Amino acid sequence: MASAPAASIAVSDVNGKRELRLAGRLDSYSIAGVWPDARAALDAAPNLPVSVETSRVDYCDGGGIAMLVDLLRQPRQPAALVSVVGLRPEFRTLLDQFDPVALRAHPAEHAERLNTVAEIGRAALILGRDMHMQIAFIGETGAALWYAFTHPHRVRWKDVWYTCEQVGVNALPIVALISFLLGIILAFQSAVPMRQFGAEIFVADLVGLSILRELGPLMTAILLAGRSGAAFAAEIGTMKVNEELNALTTMGLDPVRFLVVTRIIAALLMMPLLCIFADLVGILGGALTMLSFNIPIGAFLHEVDSLVDVKDLLAGLAKAPVFAILIAGIGCLRGLQTQTGASAVGISATRAVVSAIILLVVVDGIYAFIYYLLDI
Amino acid sequence: MPSDPIIRVEHFTAGYDDNVLMRDINFTVNRGEVFVILGGSGCGKSTLMKHMIGLYEPIAGAVYIDGDDIVTAEGDARRAILKKIGVMYQSGALFGSMTLLENVRLPLEEYTSLNDEEIDLIALMKLELVGLDAFSGHMPSEISGGMQKRAAIARAMALDPMILFLDEPSAGLDPITSAELDLLILRLAKSLHITFVIVTHELASIYTVADRVIMLDKRIKGIIAEGDPKVLRDTSDNPWVRQFFRREAAPEVTAEAA
Repeated sequence: MASAPAASIAVSDVNGKRELRLAGRLDSYSIAGVWPDARAALDAAPNLPVSVETSRVDYCDGGGIAMLVDLLRQPRQPAALVSVVGLRPEFRTLLDQFDPVALRAHPAEHAERLNTVAEIGRAALILGRDMHMQIAFIGETGAALWYAFTHPHRVRWKDVWYTCEQVGVNALPIVALISFLLGIILAFQSAVPMRQFGAEIFVADLVGLSILRELGPLMTAILLAGRSGAAFAAEIGTMKVNEELNALTTMGLDPVRFLVVTRIIAALLMMPLLCIFADLVGILGGALTMLSFNIPIGAFLHEVDSLVDVKDLLAGLAKAPVFAILIAGIGCLRGLQTQTGASAVGISATRAVVSAIILLVVVDGIYAFIYYLLDI
Repeated sequence: MPSDPIIRVEHFTAGYDDNVLMRDINFTVNRGEVFVILGGSGCGKSTLMKHMIGLYEPIAGAVYIDGDDIVTAEGDARRAILKKIGVMYQSGALFGSMTLLENVRLPLEEYTSLNDEEIDLIALMKLELVGLDAFSGHMPSEISGGMQKRAAIARAMALDPMILFLDEPSAGLDPITSAELDLLILRLAKSLHITFVIVTHELASIYTVADRVIMLDKRIKGIIAEGDPKVLRDTSDNPWVRQFFRREAAPEVTAEAA
């Protein structure tokens, strides 16, 4: 802190009148030393008129003026008013800008508290509006996708390929890392107990089935939600904050067709490929782990091949397009819903990831149920 | 006014990458004066200001603020310089997650040892100065662009700095508010000897507030005119400068001829 040249205060009572003599430099840093004393001197003499003598104040900035206003604004008896005397004209003009009475007792502005019923009602209303918006968005997106399907030349393919690179190619390292890890963990954790029964070879079936049918698509989808879903929300949210969406709308361009459709198409194209990639790397991870249990890679793959068939691969891959639409759609929707301000973009990105992951789990459950019913 | 420079810009060269915007320029700003930086679009006015407040590092040269070079200062020395200045950015740059009052409170909370009630009063008075005391509990997103700008001025003034830098203060304000802002600038400059460095285009405002202006030009990459704006308007021997001050069209043609 800057070395504050001393501000000083002296209090004396003369002829039934209290005098506060302020001197020195009154600025934002130095007033901290005298302000509480001044207030205390004032409060200690509620029935005496108080004169604040300031002719020896060399400098008084907004902070000093605030202190004087604070002394003047205190509610007092009519016979015990506070006055500021001797203030230099240039500081006096500053003081005169403020009406101390108007600055009196500003009770903190609390938002009106609602009772429980109103609170529940409000939450329900917000939920209802959110659902209404989501249904409208699904309809709008569906129509825009259909339009894109029937008029492929109107799709902005350049944007699609660019997004494909962002969503697909750039995601390969992290997808590989997580799937490989998943393969290793699955194989290792199941191999240890199964070895007790001499059943290590069946680890291959376990790894193959679980990765192809469930974990490959699901982990890829969760990664995609974390990477691309959040990115879509942040990107579109920032565009909204910068009024770029308004610019699109006033040019007569539909933000859904322009921004959402390209991203959904890119996710649709990339998600199955990423799934296949995750499946392969996951199985490779399992196979490599089983080497340490004396099962050669050839034997592992042969075992996988004998139990796992194309139906299982397709059962997993069938989820990919639905997951892709879900993730890209939610990401874009949250982006479009962004409010104003810097924190709004962060909130949108968070909501995009959370809602996408919740929906992924629900949809995956529905798939499992359908597969069970159809005996797939 | 006796010459008492509070800012000295010396042998200053700045630009982005290979694109030099200004080369070897020198000027001073005197204590308590309202100093305006002028120039056509893209000549580097805002860039110059951002160098003067230490946001960017110049290619060469020094910017002395109250005797200390902000270009080379680091750590505590730099913070000490920064406490002497307040800045209002073109967009306001208020923190969106805080109310107006909290925005103005922030520097007071960080730099002074005042208690909450005292800080509240100071912050509220700053908001009153810019006519926003009734909006102290509002979020920046709930008020208009012009109001955000005024709130940003209030925040820049929170610690009563020696120098206030204002980037396009009157852009986006209605004429009445803009004129009131001019009066506020004049009053603060006179009563507190706050020095103002203002980047603006608004001619009416320049004539009202400016003690001295410099005018940048991108063709010569430097200062094309310096002095009292009214004098420059009437007596400058550069036709481009005269036209700028008279708000006449097609200055390029005559500038080529000059």
